[in-house]
Amino acid sequence: MSEKVLMKGNEALAEAAVIAGCRHYFAYPITPQNEIPAYMSRRMPEVGGTFLQAESELAAISMVLGAAAGGVRAMTSSSSPGISLKQEGISYIAGSELPCVLVNIMRGGPGLGAIAGAQGDYFQATRGGGNGDYRTIVLAPGSAQELADFTIEAFDLADEYRMPVMILADGYIGQMSEPVVLPKPSGKSFEKPWALTGAKGRKKNIICSMKLIPDTALEEHNLRLQEKYDLITEKVHRVDTYMTDDADWLVVAYGTSARIARKAVDRLRGEGIKAGLFRPLTLWPFPEKELFEVGSKVQKILTVEMSLGQMVEDVKLTMNGEVEVDFHGRAGGAVPALDDIIERINGYERENHTHVQAS
Amino acid sequence: MTEELIIAGFGGQGVLLTGKLLCVAAMRQGKQVSHIPSYGAEMRGGTANCSVVISDEEIASPVIEKPSIVIALNGPSVAKFEPRVRPGGLLIWNSSLVKNPPTRKDLVLVSLDATDLSLSEGTERAANMAAIGALLKLKPGIVSVDAVEAALDEVISARNRKHNPVNLRILHAGFEKTHKVDAA
Repeated sequence: MSEKVLMKGNEALAEAAVIAGCRHYFAYPITPQNEIPAYMSRRMPEVGGTFLQAESELAAISMVLGAAAGGVRAMTSSSSPGISLKQEGISYIAGSELPCVLVNIMRGGPGLGAIAGAQGDYFQATRGGGNGDYRTIVLAPGSAQELADFTIEAFDLADEYRMPVMILADGYIGQMSEPVVLPKPSGKSFEKPWALTGAKGRKKNIICSMKLIPDTALEEHNLRLQEKYDLITEKVHRVDTYMTDDADWLVVAYGTSARIARKAVDRLRGEGIKAGLFRPLTLWPFPEKELFEVGSKVQKILTVEMSLGQMVEDVKLTMNGEVEVDFHGRAGGAVPALDDIIERINGYERENHTHVQAS
Repeated sequence: MTEELIIAGFGGQGVLLTGKLLCVAAMRQGKQVSHIPSYGAEMRGGTANCSVVISDEEIASPVIEKPSIVIALNGPSVAKFEPRVRPGGLLIWNSSLVKNPPTRKDLVLVSLDATDLSLSEGTERAANMAAIGALLKLKPGIVSVDAVEAALDEVISARNRKHNPVNLRILHAGFEKTHKVDAA
């Protein structure tokens, strides 16, 4: 099907999961992602899949672990406080090297917070909110179309690297309806000889995150995980750049913040000010090489987030003092104002002008 | 062309459906669209609104700070959104229900007895259709009447499609009753 349809981001993601071959979905409801379980409750029975509304978030993530151990494509979705509850299971899934897709349609926090979209879970997603030395690939879609497309890719990445992949989007991206061309299946298939499929006629498989014997087993396991994470860091980075070739001022943003920043770039360009936008599509691994390449050619970087400063730390780590990194953020469900971004960059331009005159 | 609309009213007045209908119609005419509902702690009978962007270009932000057009189907929506319309913008308000008429001098203010037009067809639930009619008259560049008519069949669930002829009559009544006005 290649026809454009108007779809809510959450529903586009859900249908894409079905297209990707996901037949096991477990979740517990929470705004602003409720369209995903609602859609799955109807769609899964139609395709012979399992929709299960679990009794809690902990149960849902444990069901994902179990299904993934059985070798099937499994997914759960939630929003910020629900994802916090799932951290134990995510850490176990990472430790057990199981593939699955996790969706966080972020709302404001901390705690139960409120239901408007936010980007305050960047640290949790990219640093790992659960215990231990583990990583999750984190994809950051900025439209209903990308929610669908990235979901297809998320399942492939999860199977390829045997690890959880998180889709991290703010509530506005999930709630918004836009034209979507539903993606096709990627066509990739993955052998899963490690899966628990019944050991008749073969050696039994064991899936476990506890490694007690011998003494060195856990460190060896961690080192092997790290090798995998290093490989991913090298291979998996996605970015989108806009008007960066000749930019003096670079905005770095993802999700809804990036859409507003893009509009700011258009307005500033209209006034003859050379602004550009760098949008990371993978948040872990953070696209350091790509950002450094673009960022080291500009005069200043402005990171814009719907949080009070989380991704900005990765931007600073990447630039490592090479270029000044400024920050503008709103929190608790507030959205950065277009005029505030424009004014900030106009300020850089004025400051720059004054310096040039003074020297 | 980029229009940023906020459509607001009571829950049950078809605010979200109005936005979706305009989006699907405009999308079928090759335009870029985005639609985002307010999803705050809304209650049945409380206010609801949605933000709709229709553009010839790619839409950067679906979040509308200063709408170019507001359709206010009830009083609280006028109170809430009149101050936010950008100077020179359009405010269509439902004179059947609104007791606090808008007053700004720098806007095009268009009153329409949308609920009465709907009631004349035996339902109070299609004031949104009358308002769409007014919008199409005042802003023909956004989307054509034909496209909205076609979109109606796509957007309305099969169960409710039998009401479409009534919906269309109310839409046309709103269209006929509205007169083109000069800019503010």
